[in-house]
Amino acid sequence: MAQENQENKSGKLSRRDILAGLAALPLVGIVGYGLLRNKAEAEKLNSSLLSDIKPEIQSGIPPLIEGKTLRIGIIGSGGRGGYLMKAMGFVNPERIDEYTEKGKTDKYWAQYLEDFKAQDNLNIKITAICDVFDKNAEKGVAAGANAYRNGKGGKMDDTPKRFTTYTELIASPDVDAVVIATPDHWHVPVALEAARKGKHVYCEKPLSWSVAETYEIRKVVKESGIVFQLGHQGRQTESYNVAKSLIKQDVIGKISLIEVCTNRNDPNGAWVYDIDPEANEKTIDWKQFIGQAPWHDFSLERFFRWRCWWDYSTGLSGDLFTHEYDALNQILDLGIPNSAMASGGIYFFKDGRTVPDVLNMAMEYSDRDLTLLYSATLASEKNRGKVIMGHDAYLELSDTLIVSVDPQSTRYKEKLEQGLVEPFKPIFSYVPGQGAVDAVTSPTEKYFAGRGLLYTYRDGKAVDTTHLHLREWINCIRAGNGTQPSCNIDQAFEEAMTAHMGTISYKEGRRTYWDKEKEVIV
Amino acid sequence: MGYTKLQSFALVILRITIGWHFLYEGGVKILNPHWTAKSYLLDSGGFLKGFFEMIAGNQTLLSISDTANAWGLALIGLSLLLGIFTRYSSIAGIVLLLLYYLSHPAFPGIEYLFPSDGSYFIINKTLVELFALLVVFAFPTSHIFGLQRMIKSNKIFLA
Repeated sequence: MAQENQENKSGKLSRRDILAGLAALPLVGIVGYGLLRNKAEAEKLNSSLLSDIKPEIQSGIPPLIEGKTLRIGIIGSGGRGGYLMKAMGFVNPERIDEYTEKGKTDKYWAQYLEDFKAQDNLNIKITAICDVFDKNAEKGVAAGANAYRNGKGGKMDDTPKRFTTYTELIASPDVDAVVIATPDHWHVPVALEAARKGKHVYCEKPLSWSVAETYEIRKVVKESGIVFQLGHQGRQTESYNVAKSLIKQDVIGKISLIEVCTNRNDPNGAWVYDIDPEANEKTIDWKQFIGQAPWHDFSLERFFRWRCWWDYSTGLSGDLFTHEYDALNQILDLGIPNSAMASGGIYFFKDGRTVPDVLNMAMEYSDRDLTLLYSATLASEKNRGKVIMGHDAYLELSDTLIVSVDPQSTRYKEKLEQGLVEPFKPIFSYVPGQGAVDAVTSPTEKYFAGRGLLYTYRDGKAVDTTHLHLREWINCIRAGNGTQPSCNIDQAFEEAMTAHMGTISYKEGRRTYWDKEKEVIV
Repeated sequence: MGYTKLQSFALVILRITIGWHFLYEGGVKILNPHWTAKSYLLDSGGFLKGFFEMIAGNQTLLSISDTANAWGLALIGLSLLLGIFTRYSSIAGIVLLLLYYLSHPAFPGIEYLFPSDGSYFIINKTLVELFALLVVFAFPTSHIFGLQRMIKSNKIFLA
């Protein structure tokens, strides 16, 4: 040490100084070598995986087509109807106050309100409301007048007219198009009436309650030339569109099995909804509610929890399987299966319901050489995901998309042997909002992709798929050139018939078949 | 300021290994055009969770923080490794590590999506590295082993 100090004082650069000064340089070289090696590996992986595959990613939100203000009537302004109105920009002022209040302490609600206020104005007016329950109708009227998205006491637009029957609403000259959010057994009768009167229809899923009416609505919608959209907002989910493009490019190979499921485990998810204390025979038009369903004496339970009875509902197959089915029909153009086999039972919610709370269905697409398996329970939340299984890879879908390689793959055999891809590990991941599909390379990315990180949808860029779905319908109406939206009447027909095949199989305890020529379930 | 040979050796090794770690971490991020701390920030916990999530949610802030982070790591690493300006770089390194720690503090009851590579209670490896950098700051060695030695010992070199 003493010697060093002496050297320093001398002001000359000794050999020792130079050695000790530059000794770390080779270390920088080693780290640099490590970095370049890492980069080369990553590039090799990326180029070998992504070279021949071009995933299609939609960018942005389709622009609104300009035109005159569209006048919309809402038939069914209860829970779902209220949500559809929100997706169009109309919320009850009391609810706005509620969001504002909650937003003061909870960031989620502050963001929720901000997102709602930022949602595009669709240039529509809610001119008419119809609901058989007075309170729902009044809520709908209040929401419909709130064109400026204000709280109570804020500026309101014209108050929509309340109609007591859907036929009067449809006949109104102030209505150009209707949104149907009634129980299942009312979907077709209302849609038929609207189509016959030339009013455009956005109808909640499933399309129909019975097989017979399914043919009729398809025929009438086609003849009328109205714009028809079935309410499967999953059509707007980005990852489904990316999946479609990947499958088209044969990324996962020949598909033999698709597994989808429903897993819920709470009374709300099992359709045991609250009964409104203000509801009674005076405030509910029970006769109109029953409609084409078999007669039953007034029952608040049946009114609020109608999904639990076949009399008004289509059960798990029509209500929840159709979400999964429509996603797959969008991705794979599945169409109606050749056969369906269903089983299940009422195993948990023994509350007098007639629809099962556990349902398993195997649908065979023999011309496509594949099986679609659906498995549902309303009494366990263990999520089993949505998996499309191909010979070369499997694709797991939620809001995110993950493709992982099968160790026995033919297509990726060489890459597996060269260690460029690892079996069972993700090779592609797509997280909405990221705007790019990555060949997953770093352990961190693999980990997050594997966990299906959904955050990108929450960080302020989330767009409500229901808004996009309604927007597509409204754009088609404004285009006025015969263009139909993505979930048009043909897609709806396939959805309804597929669901009915499962339901009939469950109810009759037999395998049902689809006669393609005659278009009948046998 | 006299160290024994063993002390000098230990301190220099500490400085160099931390520098190596920083340089490599920074370099990997700079060389990967798709790298972003977004998911890491979104996975934050502790009392500054909201702050880090806000950065992740704002594209401008995120890209500033990504660039600053990657280049910060690399430059701090280079400085520690080469033994120059290490007083400044060790402080900057401490600040960076403190931010990492605050975004993912090892407090009981907080769970992260990203698994930890060990079991920690309040003290984790980030914090240990942070305090190791404090040692590097308190016991400088660049004048013994590093570019600093050449600068100090030769005025001409400096000019």
